[in-house]
Amino acid sequence: MEHLFNIFVKSIFIENMVFAYFLGMCSYLAVSKSVKTAAGLGVAVIFVLGITVPVDYLLENFVLKEGALAWLDPSFASVDLSFLSFIMFIAVIASMVQLVEMIVEKFAPILYNQLGIFLPLIAVNCAILGGSLFMQQKEFLNIGEATTYGIGSGIGWFLAIIGVAAIREKLQYSNVPAPLRGLGITFIVTGLMGLAFMGFMGIKL
Amino acid sequence: MSDPLFSKKHLKLLSDPINSSNPITVQVLGICSALAVTAQLKPAVVMAVSVMAVLALANVIISLLRNTIPNRIRIIVQLVVIAALVILVDQVLKAFVYDVSKQLSVFVGLIITNCILMGRLEAFALGNRPWPSFLDGIGNGAGYSVILIIVGFFRELFGSGTLWGFRIIPESWYISNGGFYENNGMMILPPMALITIGIIIWVQRMRNRKLIED
Repeated sequence: MEHLFNIFVKSIFIENMVFAYFLGMCSYLAVSKSVKTAAGLGVAVIFVLGITVPVDYLLENFVLKEGALAWLDPSFASVDLSFLSFIMFIAVIASMVQLVEMIVEKFAPILYNQLGIFLPLIAVNCAILGGSLFMQQKEFLNIGEATTYGIGSGIGWFLAIIGVAAIREKLQYSNVPAPLRGLGITFIVTGLMGLAFMGFMGIKL
Repeated sequence: MSDPLFSKKHLKLLSDPINSSNPITVQVLGICSALAVTAQLKPAVVMAVSVMAVLALANVIISLLRNTIPNRIRIIVQLVVIAALVILVDQVLKAFVYDVSKQLSVFVGLIITNCILMGRLEAFALGNRPWPSFLDGIGNGAGYSVILIIVGFFRELFGSGTLWGFRIIPESWYISNGGFYENNGMMILPPMALITIGIIIWVQRMRNRKLIED
């Protein structure tokens, strides 16, 4: 249990998707103009990461890894399909996003309306594929760890986009030099927030 | 339609993305990988070349297929084409520059979700002939490379005093050797990449006032 909690805290603060690895920057910059839409996208990302990381974990360990196909037949023990992982992961992500969209539309229409266009767009958000690829690199021991990692990174991304959206709302009343307005100042603000998040790096878990 | 291969219109496709419609600083595409790989010059250049190759080839393939792809499944088709090309690039990097490929870690795979690719395929290759699409791919790849190389140059020079692994700032300047100089360790940290790009955007918009947002 303590181990899971460590993974959770680590993926939110120390290995924050946005500030430590710059994943999902495109939608982070495009959708952070108001806190409300940012929150919608953030929730959708938590949701999708929490589902795709464990599914890709199963795929990795029962199909793609070297020797992973041994459960089918012992003669497959030497098969190594890991070079296919990019294409399999992206296919899983695209279809999971589609599936999640249909389920949410059916059972939670209010949430569906709130998320709107963001849900399908998440398929090409690099934070999602990044989550699966980091999961592959970290070699988690069981599916519980992978799920915790997925949800934790989602929450980290959510925190980052909420924070920057709030700062950008305030910035509208500030006198920023004209060439720096909009995109430029957002980059610099994100950089400063990243520096603040570096403070968590000293924590050993 | 029967433009010569290097007509003015075609050359514009090459030169525009380098400055006035730069994919990173103006179109805001492909930021994720641009930031993460630029702590040193070498991985930045390798990444830039990989993205340029994938972008140009994917543009050509999608442009050749543009009349046969059903509109409703075009995103999946694009993703499959891109993913196949990225697997090729990944295997080539692992075979020839293994240490750089280790350094780039997941970011080679993340070329798949690099928004430059989807953005250019959607915006250009789906509606244009293969040759202009190829030029558009090379042009946008070059615009991406320029920013990566500028950021990589400054971060490696000030962060570790080297360029491409060779020492630029002489050893004898360092405080530890009785000199006056110390590396700026902050340049190596990820947040400085963001601030460097912010400054590049600032300089570019100062020179080209049309790009200023209100």
